[in-house]
Amino acid sequence: MGKLSWSVIPWDQPLPMTASLMLAIAGCAILVVITRKRLWPYLWQEWFTSVDHKRVGVMYVILSLVMLLRGFTDAIMMRTQQALAAGAAQGYLPPEHYDQIFSAHGTIMIFFMAMPFMVGLMNFVVPLQLGIRDVAFPVLNSVSFWLTAAGALLVNMSLVIGEFAKTGWLPYPPLSELQFSPGVGVDYYLWALQISGVGALLSGINLVTTILKTRAPGMTYMRMPVFCWTALASNLLIVAAFPLLTATLAMLLLDRYVGMHFFTNTGGGNAMLFFNLIWAWGHPEVYILILPAFGIFSEVIGTFSAKTIFGYRSMVLATMAICILSFMVWLHHFFTMGAGADVNGFFGMMTMIIAVPTGVKMFNWLFTLYRGRIRFEVPMLWALGFMVTFVIGGLTGVLLAVPPADFVLHNSLFLVAHFHNVLIGGVLFGGMAGYNYWFPKAFGFTLDRRLGLCSFWCWLVGFYVAFMPLYALGLLGMTRRLQHYDDLSWRPYLICAAVGAVVILLGIIAQVAQLIVSIRTRASRRDLSGDPWDGRTLEWSTASPPPSYNYAVLPQITGRDAFWAAKHGQAGEPPLALGPAPGVDGAPRQPVEVPNNSPNGFVTAFFAVVMGFALVWHIWWMAILGSACAVVTLLVFGWVPRAAIEKSA
Amino acid sequence: MSNASTDGELIGMPALETPGEIAGPGAQGPASVEIVVAYGFWIFLLSDIIMFSALFASYAVLSGETAGGPTGRELFDLRRAAIETLCLLFSSYACGLGSLAIDRRRLRAFYPCAALTFLLGATFLGLEITEFAGMVAAGAGPTRSAFLSAFFALVGLHGVHVSIGLIWLVFMVAQVAAQGPRDYVLRRLHCFSLFWHALDIIWIALLTLVYLMGSHS
Repeated sequence: MGKLSWSVIPWDQPLPMTASLMLAIAGCAILVVITRKRLWPYLWQEWFTSVDHKRVGVMYVILSLVMLLRGFTDAIMMRTQQALAAGAAQGYLPPEHYDQIFSAHGTIMIFFMAMPFMVGLMNFVVPLQLGIRDVAFPVLNSVSFWLTAAGALLVNMSLVIGEFAKTGWLPYPPLSELQFSPGVGVDYYLWALQISGVGALLSGINLVTTILKTRAPGMTYMRMPVFCWTALASNLLIVAAFPLLTATLAMLLLDRYVGMHFFTNTGGGNAMLFFNLIWAWGHPEVYILILPAFGIFSEVIGTFSAKTIFGYRSMVLATMAICILSFMVWLHHFFTMGAGADVNGFFGMMTMIIAVPTGVKMFNWLFTLYRGRIRFEVPMLWALGFMVTFVIGGLTGVLLAVPPADFVLHNSLFLVAHFHNVLIGGVLFGGMAGYNYWFPKAFGFTLDRRLGLCSFWCWLVGFYVAFMPLYALGLLGMTRRLQHYDDLSWRPYLICAAVGAVVILLGIIAQVAQLIVSIRTRASRRDLSGDPWDGRTLEWSTASPPPSYNYAVLPQITGRDAFWAAKHGQAGEPPLALGPAPGVDGAPRQPVEVPNNSPNGFVTAFFAVVMGFALVWHIWWMAILGSACAVVTLLVFGWVPRAAIEKSA
Repeated sequence: MSNASTDGELIGMPALETPGEIAGPGAQGPASVEIVVAYGFWIFLLSDIIMFSALFASYAVLSGETAGGPTGRELFDLRRAAIETLCLLFSSYACGLGSLAIDRRRLRAFYPCAALTFLLGATFLGLEITEFAGMVAAGAGPTRSAFLSAFFALVGLHGVHVSIGLIWLVFMVAQVAAQGPRDYVLRRLHCFSLFWHALDIIWIALLTLVYLMGSHS
């Protein structure tokens, strides 16, 4: 069984054992409930094997919300440890455990919370907004999701079986090389990301093809909703950047498994090569996450201001400018490498230039709000919170783009505060805005407003209380990733940050409560109109939840904000031709082709987990078996032609 | 026709749309399955080339890092590389003939072309494997130096692609034999053909940057 034995389970460490015990109990409870209620056939047929883009999108978002809980647990553990472990006190987390926690926190939050959140929302919304019935490759879509879930599962298995990486969310060599990290932690990280990275790439190819090739009749580029534009930019970045991640991590794997010398200290290896390659992926990655969020805010701000988005063309241009510029700034992640003043100066300036299109967007949102009929619904509040918070995060980012300032501030808590400021204030707020905005479309009932407001305010206040002190600490000289510190003057700030984390916890509790209360009271909050927010784009023109084929007849698009024009009949805009309503007098009941379910994704991902686990533990026979089974699965499903089922519209 | 659209035509722009008449990309609705599949596969190929570009960049950085071990000049055999190149290019030629045959539903012409494609591809792979085995036996394996790590990873990744292509080709021939030249089979063969030609492009870059430049530096 390779390196695997009973001793790899951390019996003597109470924290991971308690956590895994609780996970096991919760998991068993869920399994019992599903079995008792005989839900397995339903889950298998309606969800696990579904290739419907809406179902796949919802599963992505569920995965991301569960991972948010896991990642936040890590976060609050770090905050309490740092609040406690000053001077003589050592806190409750030993260093080797603390290192795993900050590594797992970053890995989970970026790859298994933020990514699935954005990909899920794009999956759900983009085909609806484009007026079509599904993505370009529905089965591939399901495969992408399940590979992402497989990666998430591997990362979480490391909690119980063995250990996780202690090398941070990006495993910098030479620390991540076999010489300094001989355990299985880095291997868990690498295989989880290789598997989910393939999923991300396939999903990117799918959505790019969908947006460029399968739009509804009349949906020209300059009529696409802003969210579709940002989704296009984001997925182009996925296609262009994720292969770099795969290649880079493959090189590190070759170093670790075969003894090659890409990044080692010996044999001529070059660790800085890893830094360059990983950030050539890593910087586009932050735009992969933030661009869809920008799109969500554009939709939300337009809808709740009852105005079309201000400066549509400049919005599109700004999106595509960010898409291209994002590949020209990677070196600002390691100004201290020693590339020299000219190189650092170039990358510093390119970084500052990115603030220009972002500023254009910010002003467009402001001018959309100006003299709009603003409704302070929950998604709108997330958007307004974002506008304030993201500007602060952006400004500290411009500060860090100045190489001399970066020399002082790099690797400090100032940096940690900066990227949490843009990732929470941008991506997470965007995800929450999208979740509250499109939930009624997905499930046919609205989310509770009061608890939604409660959650928003807790998150907003908690964010500021938790992260503003970190800016100060960074300026005071506190570096990141400290399990213990001697300078007692830092402690009040860290206690304040821990209080902020508790306020965020209240926000998360409110969020969970919002979901539970809304489901329980769904009968009274049904959305029968399909258009609860007085929306502007096509997804609100169909029922909530939409039928599996989305539109009985593909809509004919004649302008921007097509659904708004159809509802309100603006001057010069001919009404939207949604086609004859199904079943109404004389209307033809045309049959609609809907792709059949496929267990391909689930089965392939299962074997991918087997393969990844076996490779982590050097169980070679099992690795060969797992990968062979995955290949055979693909060949078998490829052999039998996929029949489309027909549904009468 | 309005003045605006006439002006647009003068400078080579498509005519501006008038109400009730739609112009521009996307005006006609979703593209056909053939176009969508081929387009998606093109996007995949571009991403694959980006993956190779990371390994090319690593090779460029590490090609001088021989750690006292053998250099490219001592290791590379240009005659073998030339034969490999010919094998791969003629394999693609045969693949192109096969595409023409299957597009005309001429199965009798398709099978020999597919067989030739496979044989030439397999010969290429065999030559590469003997090259690798010879280098390992001579103490110039991938663990010897960073230069050799980058070499084996870059050339090996191309070899892995060729192997996948050969398995795919066998699968496709079997599918043609069992299910006939149906629409989805033709679409897949078209993708295979794109894949096989893309490997040529990568090989030409490999030949130039690794073998030609390496044996003369």
